[in-house]
Amino acid sequence: MAGASLSFSRNSGFRRSAVGYGVGVVYFFPVIWMLLAAFKTRRDQMATPPKLIFTPTLEHFWASFHRASADGSRVFDTGLDRDFMNSLIICFTSVGLALVIGCLAAYGFARLRLAGRDFYMFYILVLRMVPPITAIVPLYFLFRVTGLGGSYAAIILVYTAFNLPFAIWMLRSFINELHEPIEEAARLDGSSELGILWRICAPQMGAGIAATAIIAFVFTWNDFLFSLLLTSVDTRTVPVAMTRVVGADVGVDWGVFAAIGTIYLLPVVLVAFFLQGQLLRGATFGTVPR
Amino acid sequence: MAAIDGAADSGAMIGEGREEALDAVAGAAPFIAPALTLLCAINVLPLLWSVGASFFHLRADHLTKAPHFLGLGNYVDLMTDPDVWEHFRNTGIMIAASVATQIIVGGFLAFVFHRPFPGRRAALMLVLTPMLLSTVAVGTFFSLFYDPTFGVVSAIVRPFTGAPFAPLGTPFSARLSLIVADAWMWSPFVMLMLLAGLSGIPDRLHEAAEIDRLSPMRRFRSITFPAIRDVLLLALLFRTIESFNMFDLIYTITNGGPGIATESVSTEIYDTAFVLFESGRASALGNISIFVVVVLTRLYFQAVRLRRESL
Repeated sequence: MAGASLSFSRNSGFRRSAVGYGVGVVYFFPVIWMLLAAFKTRRDQMATPPKLIFTPTLEHFWASFHRASADGSRVFDTGLDRDFMNSLIICFTSVGLALVIGCLAAYGFARLRLAGRDFYMFYILVLRMVPPITAIVPLYFLFRVTGLGGSYAAIILVYTAFNLPFAIWMLRSFINELHEPIEEAARLDGSSELGILWRICAPQMGAGIAATAIIAFVFTWNDFLFSLLLTSVDTRTVPVAMTRVVGADVGVDWGVFAAIGTIYLLPVVLVAFFLQGQLLRGATFGTVPR
Repeated sequence: MAAIDGAADSGAMIGEGREEALDAVAGAAPFIAPALTLLCAINVLPLLWSVGASFFHLRADHLTKAPHFLGLGNYVDLMTDPDVWEHFRNTGIMIAASVATQIIVGGFLAFVFHRPFPGRRAALMLVLTPMLLSTVAVGTFFSLFYDPTFGVVSAIVRPFTGAPFAPLGTPFSARLSLIVADAWMWSPFVMLMLLAGLSGIPDRLHEAAEIDRLSPMRRFRSITFPAIRDVLLLALLFRTIESFNMFDLIYTITNGGPGIATESVSTEIYDTAFVLFESGRASALGNISIFVVVVLTRLYFQAVRLRRESL
């Protein structure tokens, strides 16, 4: 890429910058709306035509976490901090588990002896494609019968399982790219397969693991349907809590909703900014060579 | 598509005198067992359960009552219900329109962003943010944009017509509103996939085309298109299936309305299972949609294989 850019003049680079930022800002416009709503007072939000210059306020961020009683004498917790903790715990645990279990399986599919490999890989991909709603009806019953309904264990297992197909496909494609003779040498030296995966493959796969992790993270962090139907008030994640703000009987408090949306978006944007290259590699789910 | 054929490749290598090396390789069973166990418990077992449940009259709110065996009754009911066909038709129309838009917009974005320029990383973040937002936030904010009184869409249209405009009021405009939200959110994903394909083109091809002074059209046909053909097909498969499964945006923007105009198969399953508690019927509808998804995925693999053989 660097070589290609050298053959173009400095001028055309700046022109491309201008076009890129122009397109980017237009595309970003609905998000700007949300960010502004998070910092506008209730009165500024309702103004027609919409106000672009206003005094920013942080009241909505405060109101996301606290609620004052009617006479203003006491302050209650909205429980949003708990929802955030739930999102973090559920997301990190299930993505971590999917990476570990997925790495083992990917190594098995890429390097070890197995009959019917194509069959397994195809149906594992199909599992990723199945409409989530069809799995939720029976899972709802399964968790009710086993008494796991509404627990962290239930929702973490579900997210792990639904991230696995993609993790296996991605990680397998990264293992396939590694130089096999090194592994064979280790094998001849008497290293166990687990040792080869851990000491030889894993250290070379940092970028691949990061790519898998970020895509799985975005999907889990923003998922709504599983959390809506399989968590309880104690284990629900932020997207479900957001719909509660919308459903409040006082009408939608857009400022608070926008504030929650903004806080929730922040970690994902930061991760995506620093791992942009990995996001790009992860987009094809490991089914296209890079 | 190397990964898809990877298995076949290693199979071919076995035939080329690598049996000896392979004997030393352990079986994959212990490595894939944890993954298969979890997938069986969370993904496959529920599917089998729902195949069984689809033959019964089963209500989630009367679990103590013995389910009543219907045979294919649920399937016959669904297939003869005009509403169900209407949902499949709605879903089909919305998928076609939304995926086509995503491919076009995603293609345009990839065209803008595929070559490096100063500050590209930050500019890309502006475009990528929509797919990083939670669907609930996107859906809720678009429902605000579409609000007849406070919405920005109504504010733009009002000066021309003199009356408030309700984008979610008619079936056509409601579908269009959903498609716009879905396409806005997921076009960047198509862009990412296309960028991944484009980054595979060696620089020397572009340099050669530069030297030969190939026309932009010719350059696209001989260099760009062959490089992105596979990713394009894959983007088509992924986005078709994800749009088929679309639930969150419908739930937050139109809730299926007006009437049942924007009801999709997913929201229909949700309503049947969690509003009407008709679990047997919901399972039957679920199985029909899984069948559709498996057929689509098969077709995709077939298309990839056919293309490969014709090369």
